[in-house]
Amino acid sequence: MSEAAINDFVIKLANVNGTGSASANGLLMKAIFRMGVPVVGKNVFPSNIQGLPTWYEIRVTEKGYRGRSGDVHFIVAMNAETYERDLAELSPGGVLLYDNTWPRPHFLTRPDIQVLGVPFARLCNDAFKAARSRILMKNMAYVGTVAALLNLDLDVIHQLVREMFSTKPKLIDLNLQAIALGYDYAKEHFDCPLPFSVQSRDNTAGKVMIDGNTAAGLGCVYAGATFGAWYPITPSTSLMDAFAKYCDQLRVDVDTDLHKYCIIQAEDELAAAGMIIGAAWNGARSFTPTSGPGISLMSEFIGFAYYAEIPMVLFDIQRVGPSTGMPTRTQQCDIQLCAYASHGDTRHLLLFPADPGECFEMAVQAHDLAERFQTPVFVLSDIDIGMNDWMVDELTWDDSYQPDRGKLLSTEELEKIEKFHRYLDVDGDHIPYRTLPGTHPKGAYFTRGSGHNKFGGYTEDGQAYKEVVDRLRAKWHSAASKVPAPVISPSKKKACCGIISVGSCDGAVLEARDRLEAEGLHLDYMRIRGFPFSDEVEQFVADHDEIFVVEQNRDAQLMGLLLLETDVPREKLIPILHYSGEPLDYQFVYSALQEAARVRKIA
Amino acid sequence: MTSFTKPHIRRKNEPVNKLGLVRADYDGAMSTLCAGCGHDSVTASMARAFFELSIEPHRAVKVSGIGCSSKTTAYFLREAHGNNTVHGRMPSVATGAVAANSALTYIGVSGDGDSLSIGLGQFVHAMRRNVNMLYVLENNGVYGLTKGQFSASADLGSLAKRGAPNEMPPIDPVSLALSVGATFVARGFSGDREQLVPLIKAGLKHKGFGLIDVISPCVSFNDHKGSTKSYAHTYQYYHKAVHADYVAPSKDIKVCYDEGEIMPVEMHDGGVIRLRKLEKGFDPRDRAAAMSALANAQKNDEILTGLLHIDETHPDMHALNKMEDRPLNEIPYAELNPGAAKLHDLQKGFR
Ligand SMILES: Cc1ncc(C[n+]2csc(CCOP(=O)(O)OP(=O)(O)O)c2C)c(N)n1
Ligand code: SF4
Ligand SMILES: [Mg+2]
Repeated sequence: MSEAAINDFVIKLANVNGTGSASANGLLMKAIFRMGVPVVGKNVFPSNIQGLPTWYEIRVTEKGYRGRSGDVHFIVAMNAETYERDLAELSPGGVLLYDNTWPRPHFLTRPDIQVLGVPFARLCNDAFKAARSRILMKNMAYVGTVAALLNLDLDVIHQLVREMFSTKPKLIDLNLQAIALGYDYAKEHFDCPLPFSVQSRDNTAGKVMIDGNTAAGLGCVYAGATFGAWYPITPSTSLMDAFAKYCDQLRVDVDTDLHKYCIIQAEDELAAAGMIIGAAWNGARSFTPTSGPGISLMSEFIGFAYYAEIPMVLFDIQRVGPSTGMPTRTQQCDIQLCAYASHGDTRHLLLFPADPGECFEMAVQAHDLAERFQTPVFVLSDIDIGMNDWMVDELTWDDSYQPDRGKLLSTEELEKIEKFHRYLDVDGDHIPYRTLPGTHPKGAYFTRGSGHNKFGGYTEDGQAYKEVVDRLRAKWHSAASKVPAPVISPSKKKACCGIISVGSCDGAVLEARDRLEAEGLHLDYMRIRGFPFSDEVEQFVADHDEIFVVEQNRDAQLMGLLLLETDVPREKLIPILHYSGEPLDYQFVYSALQEAARVRKIA
Repeated sequence: MTSFTKPHIRRKNEPVNKLGLVRADYDGAMSTLCAGCGHDSVTASMARAFFELSIEPHRAVKVSGIGCSSKTTAYFLREAHGNNTVHGRMPSVATGAVAANSALTYIGVSGDGDSLSIGLGQFVHAMRRNVNMLYVLENNGVYGLTKGQFSASADLGSLAKRGAPNEMPPIDPVSLALSVGATFVARGFSGDREQLVPLIKAGLKHKGFGLIDVISPCVSFNDHKGSTKSYAHTYQYYHKAVHADYVAPSKDIKVCYDEGEIMPVEMHDGGVIRLRKLEKGFDPRDRAAAMSALANAQKNDEILTGLLHIDETHPDMHALNKMEDRPLNEIPYAELNPGAAKLHDLQKGFR
C-alpha cells in the first residue's frame, strides 16, 4: 500500500451503468492528462446495458507507471448498491465523496477515512427541469466537486466540455452549469484542495490517450487491409467500428461516394473466418476481430488456412472464459487455444501487444507476417488493452513502408516460368509461391484442406503427406526470428533469477520489479511479444536459475507453452497467476514475487 | 492415389468457341466418382456452359464445400483456381473471394448435405447478400461421401437403401431461396443437359446470387425403388415449367418477342435471357407467382424445373456495399495508405 501524494494517488468512481457516467469519468481523466500529468484509466463495466454497477479507476502517476496500483485513495460513491464494497476498498486515510441528498450514517463506521457529502441529486433537481438532465447532470456536478477537491484546471475542463459537445452546442452551457454547481458547493463547504491533488506538469508531451482496439483498427487501415468480416462480440466490436470509421473518413471517393474497402457483418464467426480466408486467398488484405468464443467457432477454418497456406489475420481481444464467461472482464486465457487452434498438427504465429501503441504496430506486422508465411497470425490483445484508454507515445508512421505481400507470383513472372507448383519449396526457405485467381492460366491450382502432395495434387500417400507437413513445421519455426522480438529489461545488478511475462501484465510487472529492486531483490525481466519463441527466449530461459512467469489465467498457459516449446526444465518455472478478471495491479505482482522469493530463499 | 489429368487430344474440325478453345479445354482432372453418378453429368454441363459462353478458363473461380458433389470442382476448368473449402462453409469463402475481386466469374458447387444441414446458415446468408456467383446444388437426397445417410432434402416417405422411410419433412432449396429473396432461382436435372446447360449459362451471366438446384442421383446409395431422388422417379415426375436461353449481347438482340410465348429479361452485360413458357400463366419474373407455382407442383407431386425466378434489378453485394468497380485486390497501396502526416492529424482528438 502506498500513501496518496501530490500527483500520485488513485481515484475510483462507482456508478450505475447507462446513466452517462462514462463520459464524465473520461473527462476527468483527460483533464489530468492535459494538465501534463500521466494517468492510467481502467473501466470495469458489466455485461449489461443499464442498471448494473460499473467502476472507473484513474491512477494519477507523475512517474508515468503504466499499470494499476491496487490502492484506492479517493472514491466517488454514486451507486448505493455498491456502497459497502466501495467503502471497504478505500485505503486508510482515504476520502469518500457521496450524494448526501439521502444521508448514509453507516459511512461513519470507518473512522480512518474522511467522508464528504454533496447533495448532487437535490442540486440538480433544483437547477434542471428535464428528468433525463437531472440524472445526467449529476455526473457533471461531481466532476465539478472532484475538480475543486483535486485542484483541476477549470479552463482545461471547460475546453474539454466544449470539444465533447461541439456537435450539440446547446448542451455546453447546461454541462458547464452543472460543473459549477458541484465546484461551488465544494469550495464553500470543504477545505479545497485535498492534501493529495493534481499539480500541472509537462510529462505528457508527445503522448496520446487511445484504446487498443482503435489503434488496431487504424493499424489495419495503414497495413492496407481492404476487407474485414466480423460478428459482433464484446470486447472486439470497437476494433471493427474504428476500422469502419477511418475507412469512411479516408477511403470513400468524394465525387462518386464509392468505397475502396468492404466490411461484412457475418452471420457468425465461422462465416467471418471463411470470408477473410476467401478474400486473402484472392489477394485482398483482410482481417477479423473477435474474442475467445469466436476463436472456438473459427477453429476448423483456422486449420484449413494453416494447411492450405492462406494468409489470415485474427485479432483475439481476450475476455474471461470458459464459455460465455465474464464478457466484460479481462484475462489472457486464449494463449494455448490460439497457439494450436484446430484439429490435427497445427501451430500458429502469435503476436502479443502490451499497449495500444503496440496494437497499432502489430496490426501492420500481422498482415505482413500472414502474407510472408501464408498462414494464420493472431494478435492477442485483451479487454484491458483493447477497451481502456492508455497514455502512449503518439503513433508514428514511416512513409517508406511497403506491404510485404510475400511470395506472390505476378502475371509476368508466371509467364516466364515453365510450370507452377503450389506447394513446392523452390527456394529452400520452406515457403512456396502462391498465385491469385485470374492472373494466368499457368497459375491455376486446386486449394484443398484434404491431403496434398508438394505439387498441390490430392494424395493419400503417407510419404507425400509427410513431406508437406514437415515443411509446414519448418516454415512455422522459421518465423521465430521474424515475429516481434522479446523486450528484455535487465536488472541493475547481475541477477540469477528472472521474470517472464506477456501483454497487458507489463506495467504492473515492471513497477513491481523496480520496487523490489529498490529493496534489494534483483530480477531480470523479459516480456514475450511473439510465438514461435525466438532464440532470445531460449537464451533467457537458459541463463536464469529460476523464472517467475506472470500471466492472467488460471492454468499458467504461457508457462505451459514455454515448457512445451523450449528446453526449460519444469522446476525452473514458477507461475504467478492473476485471473479475477480485473486488470493486473503491481501490488499483486509485488507481493507474489516477494513471497515466492522468500520461500525459495532468493536474495 | 494422385489426381490424373485427362489426355488432351484435339480432333479435326472440332468446334471452337470465340476464344478458339475446344470443349476439352474446359475439362479438369479425371473424375473419381462412381460410374453413373449424377454429379459427373452436371460437371459436363458446367464445362459446356463455360465453353459456350467463351469464358477464359483462368478468369473463372471454382469454390466448393465437402462431399462427392463438392469434389467435382476438380473435374472441370483445370486452368481456373479452385477452392475446396470445409464442409458447409463454401458460401463464406466465396463471399470473401467475390468481395476481393468482382471481375472474375464465380461458380460454387455443393451438395444437399453441404448446403442444407451443416451449411444451411451460410447458404441462406449468401443469398440474402446477393453475392455475385452461381451456386450449383447437386441434390441427391443423401450424404454420398459418408455412405448414404438421409440428407435434409430427403422427401417424406422416401425409402433408404435398407428400406427405412424418411419421416421428417424436406427442406426444398428452391422454396427456401425464394423466401429469402434470391434473385435467380432454378431447378434442373443432371439427366437433362438440354435444359441444364442453358440454365447454367444464364446463371453465370446473372448479376447477383444464382441458385440452381440440380437433381443429381446417387447411384450407390439413393437410386433404388422407393427413393424419390432416383433416376426413375425423377424422370417420371419431372415437369418443365419454363425454358431459359441466354443470348449474348449482339446487334440482333432486339428481335420482337411474341408476348406470352417468350419473355425477355435484360441482363447487366447487355445480353438477354429468353424465357420460353411451357406452362400457362407462369411468369418467373414474379416471385409470388413462382412461389405459388411451386406449391401447386408440390401438391401434384411434380418436380417443377426450369428458371423459376429471376430479378435483375436487385443490387448485388458490391452495389449494396457501394464498392467501386476496380477489384479491391488491384487498388495500389499508395491509394490505401493515409501517410504519416495524416496519422498525426487523426490523433488530434486523442490529446
Ligand atoms: C465438419 C465435418 N463434419 C462431417 C464431415 C463428413 N462429411 C463429409 S461429406 C459429408 C456429407 C456430404 O453430403 P452432400 O453435401 O450431400 O454431398 P454428396 O456426397 O451427397 O454429393 C459429410 C457429413 C466433414 N467432412 N466435416
Ligand atoms: S457415392 Fe453417390 S454421390 Fe458419391 S460418387 Fe458415388 S454415386 Fe456419386
Ligand atoms: Mg448429397
